[in-house]
Amino acid sequence: MTIAQVFDYERPETLDEALEILIGHAGDVRVLAGGTDLIAWLRDEAVAPDLVVDIKRIEGLGEIVDEGDALSMGSLVTFTHLLNSEPVAARLPLISEMAATVASTGIRNRATMVGNICSAVPSCDAGPVLLVYGAVVHTVGVAGTRRIPIDEWFLGPRMTALGRGEIVTKVLVPVPPGGHGAAFVRLSRYEGEDLAQASVAILAPPDHRFRVAFGAVADTPVRARRVEALLEGKALDPVLVARAMALVSEEISPITDIRASKEYRLRMSEVMLQRGLKAAVERLEGNGPSYGTNLM
Amino acid sequence: MRMDVSVTVNGEPWLLSVEPNDVLLETLRSKVGVKSPKIGCERGDCGSCTVLLDGHTVRSCLVLSVEADGHEVVTIEGLDDEGLTELQQFFVDMNSFQCGFCAPGIVLAATELLEENPRPTREDVQEAIGGNLCRCTGYDPIIDAVLAAAHAGGEATG
Repeated sequence: MTIAQVFDYERPETLDEALEILIGHAGDVRVLAGGTDLIAWLRDEAVAPDLVVDIKRIEGLGEIVDEGDALSMGSLVTFTHLLNSEPVAARLPLISEMAATVASTGIRNRATMVGNICSAVPSCDAGPVLLVYGAVVHTVGVAGTRRIPIDEWFLGPRMTALGRGEIVTKVLVPVPPGGHGAAFVRLSRYEGEDLAQASVAILAPPDHRFRVAFGAVADTPVRARRVEALLEGKALDPVLVARAMALVSEEISPITDIRASKEYRLRMSEVMLQRGLKAAVERLEGNGPSYGTNLM
Repeated sequence: MRMDVSVTVNGEPWLLSVEPNDVLLETLRSKVGVKSPKIGCERGDCGSCTVLLDGHTVRSCLVLSVEADGHEVVTIEGLDDEGLTELQQFFVDMNSFQCGFCAPGIVLAATELLEENPRPTREDVQEAIGGNLCRCTGYDPIIDAVLAAAHAGGEATG
């Protein structure tokens, strides 16, 4: 079965040209980067644009730039690019750990991290990780540029703060000062290629002001602020971790679908928090499992 | 909205007239006549439509034909002008496939792996073919063949 619906295709070479096309078009437009979501959605008729704008020929969107206190990742940076980037591995290891879990090589070679958060499916792997790092989404539109904190980005399943006629140019990810440990724990039905049933990202800085975010267990990736408040500044012990696990049910609202029941998602999210906290703190202290180790 | 697309397939230049909703997988099979990329899940899950786009594996079911404009596609037919690659010969010798539907995708995924990592571990091979489903073999003979090819490649280059 091929794509049944009809649409036009434009391939601008500059951002200005892309914006002109987006603004000048009255109908439904979709921006195409890696296409691993969009083309499946076009086939499923989950979206019905009359115009697809391919941004892959626009220069300057495919770079990872070390800006000192942050790394910026252009909207055409693929998961493979992230996985192979030494600055990312050294300074934002949670992004490398996450990128390695995304689908398979053939998808990672094409799929972009910005596309992942623009698709904004609740199980998107980049969501929880960018939430705990406090990333900022940079966009450009007719009204100029915007910097949207990732906390304000996800509005619902497949819904984001991106406005009509706007394009994401990059995501800026601050490097936590003073070093950090972290963990991305992801549950799926089998190793290899599957969407997450649940995921949790944990950032453990030296002052133990933890950041915690869950994926695939709510309408959007969500920060677990009650858990963060409970743990703030404290040394972890089994009693404290048990109290944090007991808060998980207040932070997430999982559903039952083909991949897992809500009860299973909730219970496993608690277990994943426990294991992730342990790994993140051990990594902070320099004696944890290497990044990329499957903790489930 | 017909568009002209110029693409190199297995070393041959092609000028193709396509619609924006034409998918690379279909174009390769119906217009170019290359049948090794297989129509499987058509949503990126099974890996049977895998091709090399500018040297890297992609799902040709998730690429619009117009996106290939100016790029180079290699399918298993184009891996070697002379016949089988060393890796393919190991697949034959070690009886690594049964029905063969997944074979083109897996050979391309393993080819990309060995290009980038000539000394893979068993886990590396499992990860590299993790997006390619095989319903016959249980994967072991496939992984064995990739490791054997890596080992032989190591001997050849000292």
